[in-house]
Amino acid sequence: MEITSPAFKQNSAAALADGQLQKALGNVRAGFIDKRRKAIDALPEFEQLRDNARDIKDHALAHLDLYLEAYEAKVLASGGKVHWAESAEDARRIVIDICKSVNARTVTKGKSMITEEIGLNDFLSENGVRPVETDLGEYIIQLRNEHPSHIIAPAVHLNKEQVEADFRRVHTHLPDTRSLEEPEALLDEARTVLREEYFRADVGITGANFLVAETGSSIIVTNEGNGDMTQILPRIHVVMASIEKIVPTLEDAAQILRVLARSATGQEMSVYTTLSTGPRRAGDPDGPEEYHVVLLDNGRSAMLGTEFQDMLRCIRCGACMNHCPVYHAVGGHAYGWVYPGPMGAVLTPSLIGVDKGGQLPNASTFCGRCESVCPMHIPLPKMMRHWREREFERGLNPATQRYGLKLWAFVARRPALYRLATSLTVRALALFGGRRHRFRALPLAGGWTKYRDFPAPEARTFMQLAKEKGLAAKGRAP
Amino acid sequence: MNDRASKPAAPRVGLFVTCLVDLFRPTVGFAAIKLLEEAGCVVEVPLAQTCCGQPAYNSGDRADTRAMAENTIQAFEHFDFVVAPSGSCAGMLKLHYPDLLKGDAGWEARALAFSDKVHELTSFLVDVCGLTGVAATLGDTVTYHDSCSGLRELGVRAQPRRLLASIEGVRLVEMREADVCCGFGGTFCVKYPDISNAIVTKKTEAIDASGAKTLLAGDLGCLMNMAGKLRRQGSKVEVRHVAEVLAGMTDTPPIAGRG
Amino acid sequence: MSGREAILRRVRGAMKVHAGDTGRAEAVQARLANAPKGVIPARGQLARSERVDLFCKMAAKLSASVERVSASEAVPASVASYLRERNLPAALRMGADPRLVAMPWNQQGALEVKSGASDGNDEVGLSHASGAVAETGTLVMTSGGDNPTTINFLPEHHIVVVDAADIEGDLEAALERLRARFGKGEMPRTVNLISGPSRSGDIEQKIILGAHGPRALHLIVVG
Repeated sequence: MEITSPAFKQNSAAALADGQLQKALGNVRAGFIDKRRKAIDALPEFEQLRDNARDIKDHALAHLDLYLEAYEAKVLASGGKVHWAESAEDARRIVIDICKSVNARTVTKGKSMITEEIGLNDFLSENGVRPVETDLGEYIIQLRNEHPSHIIAPAVHLNKEQVEADFRRVHTHLPDTRSLEEPEALLDEARTVLREEYFRADVGITGANFLVAETGSSIIVTNEGNGDMTQILPRIHVVMASIEKIVPTLEDAAQILRVLARSATGQEMSVYTTLSTGPRRAGDPDGPEEYHVVLLDNGRSAMLGTEFQDMLRCIRCGACMNHCPVYHAVGGHAYGWVYPGPMGAVLTPSLIGVDKGGQLPNASTFCGRCESVCPMHIPLPKMMRHWREREFERGLNPATQRYGLKLWAFVARRPALYRLATSLTVRALALFGGRRHRFRALPLAGGWTKYRDFPAPEARTFMQLAKEKGLAAKGRAP
Repeated sequence: MNDRASKPAAPRVGLFVTCLVDLFRPTVGFAAIKLLEEAGCVVEVPLAQTCCGQPAYNSGDRADTRAMAENTIQAFEHFDFVVAPSGSCAGMLKLHYPDLLKGDAGWEARALAFSDKVHELTSFLVDVCGLTGVAATLGDTVTYHDSCSGLRELGVRAQPRRLLASIEGVRLVEMREADVCCGFGGTFCVKYPDISNAIVTKKTEAIDASGAKTLLAGDLGCLMNMAGKLRRQGSKVEVRHVAEVLAGMTDTPPIAGRG
Repeated sequence: MSGREAILRRVRGAMKVHAGDTGRAEAVQARLANAPKGVIPARGQLARSERVDLFCKMAAKLSASVERVSASEAVPASVASYLRERNLPAALRMGADPRLVAMPWNQQGALEVKSGASDGNDEVGLSHASGAVAETGTLVMTSGGDNPTTINFLPEHHIVVVDAADIEGDLEAALERLRARFGKGEMPRTVNLISGPSRSGDIEQKIILGAHGPRALHLIVVG
């Protein structure tokens, strides 16, 4: 699937004009925000847990190399295998090799943003292996060949009529006459169709919310149980995880789990929180015969030790986008790739380059709501500003913007010139603003006046008036 | 806060008027002075002030921002307090100047010392001066929008409401999602006008639904954005800066005139 | 250079550290050994009988059905009732858990009890929980012949027996029990922390039960 992040503006325009999408986005505002609020109100220790979660992750990142080594040792000791993938290409190759080792035809997948990031599904299909997404939202968008539009609720941009249309189009073996009007019927159908796939799969691929160094375990959280079916039925269980998913101990995972589900969906725990360690043991009647962990770098190590390191604390809860006024306006697809909303605005330029992803950190009002709800205290607006600084240094922002700002800065650095320029401008504007005290149109302000009137100033600047009233002071105090 | 205990007898306040107030609505500046003087402060307006530097800062131009920061600090650091009728400018001065000048041998300490003195207007009146009410009257139903920087960077929320509640004749109603962004975002509204419009449209819907006749807030950028939209939509809601109402200075026509 | 070496080298380079730095290595060993607990919410910190009540209350909130019996001997009759009330076939699948096996199943003559992992053809599965967490109404299930993991997921109805004595106040205490049972740093293949029956909100954000895992979760709390 292609990356369209550079076309964020065009994507947004389409999104704003899409009535169906706008209606669906209403669900995000009302649903996720209220549910999270209720869950937090029911847990007095939430703020302390946030602080502790941040500290745990910071400690893990500061010692990442050592925890990765400790983790690997435990995985090996439990009979699992660990593969280290520097790049997306390396990761894809490792996975296809594992699939080929058992002549895999069908692969089931639990929800994994990493696999979206590396374009795994397309690659598997091209190489003769059929990937089947099992998370209902991911399954739906797989049918539509779309990116997810939200990292927790991939199909949040769709209504049930659209889902029904897709099911009818693809599940051609089922009778036309069946009713799919209610969401329950759609879920039942997905359950039946996917149940067959779970048993058909030779390999099951999941992501990981956490990798626990103490025990060599991977942890996933789901509400559906799809990640579990994916890993216990096939011969091989493959875990795809980026290196920053490491936490030191089971207790550390427990601490962060407490803020994860609450921040994501307002649940206290996801229905299924599963800790997987190695392949089945001797005497186990079920479980995979092989357990492989693919550790992915793909740009994470390049974020360590930089002003973007804090972004590695992200636990992919989605709270930031749930609370973002820009995301509410345009939805996830406008961001053009895998990671939308505020976390996508910070992460995408790191992973695909600021030249391709640079629009995203610019499309923010810096309202700060994302940072205020982030369970890991990630300073998202600050990092978006850092991206703007990188772009400024490279001269990547539009010329008109640069010149406009340069002009403003030039004048603002010279108080006397500033006084003169502002009083002249204001006098002119006030004259033209007339009796209604506003402009319907104003040269150079087309972006503003397309949708809003522009308030006219009063006839003189404050500094002019203050000077006249003897309130202004030239120099320093006595 | 312990600021009250350490406050000298007649505190000397430097008014950071903000470029928007300077250019577009001096009334707000004079209202601020009136409120501060009535609270027992001696107010001065340094001529050397221009802009806090946010437009350059949020566009990634640290060098120009630094220059403006140094200019501002130099003009104000000798006052007891620095007060701005704007959460975003006060936030810039208080939180971001120290960030900008961190690591600079000469300016880091000055920026920190300066930062300690900076306050947004309504929170200064309530938290530092101990003001519990104002003498204004206003027979009107008003609603208050929480500007993002003031709210999230400086914790300004209860203070303006406290002062508004003390106004004789006023009825304060809360709009839904009062603490959600209005879509101004400084340069954002001109860089992404369509998205900004979508956001401000939701905000004006909430304002209309609140039943208020007057919209108030503590940041002129937000106010100009919301006023411009309300007027374009043909709404009758009038828009003012909260300082004007608190100071009883409502002779000036509302922002962007009347509907 | 292998991917492993390359990644570790880049990580160390980014943090400006050396592999041989003993201070860092000690900090890591200490944390792994001591596993500090962090912030434990007060909610689950109750005396035993209140803990059990809280567990039942939290589980019910999650749409699990909860029944309390005084002794494990009562379980087979309770299970038989559950099946009858829902017009389910008188058959169930369970593992080799000695606590389950010891129950008087022969008193429920009509009930067919199948043993082993589930193959997806069972309407009803029965497991015994390793433990439970009162704070969130969560079950702790461990893999193996006693309680095969497939029984947790494949049947339409999942019935779980919970010993009141095994209900901890918080997740950390439940994890400590796992450590005590399996050894420090050791785990069974799968530990499932289960909070309610399976569900999805992926269609228009409406929550529907019975996504891929069991549609119904029934808990029998003993003691």
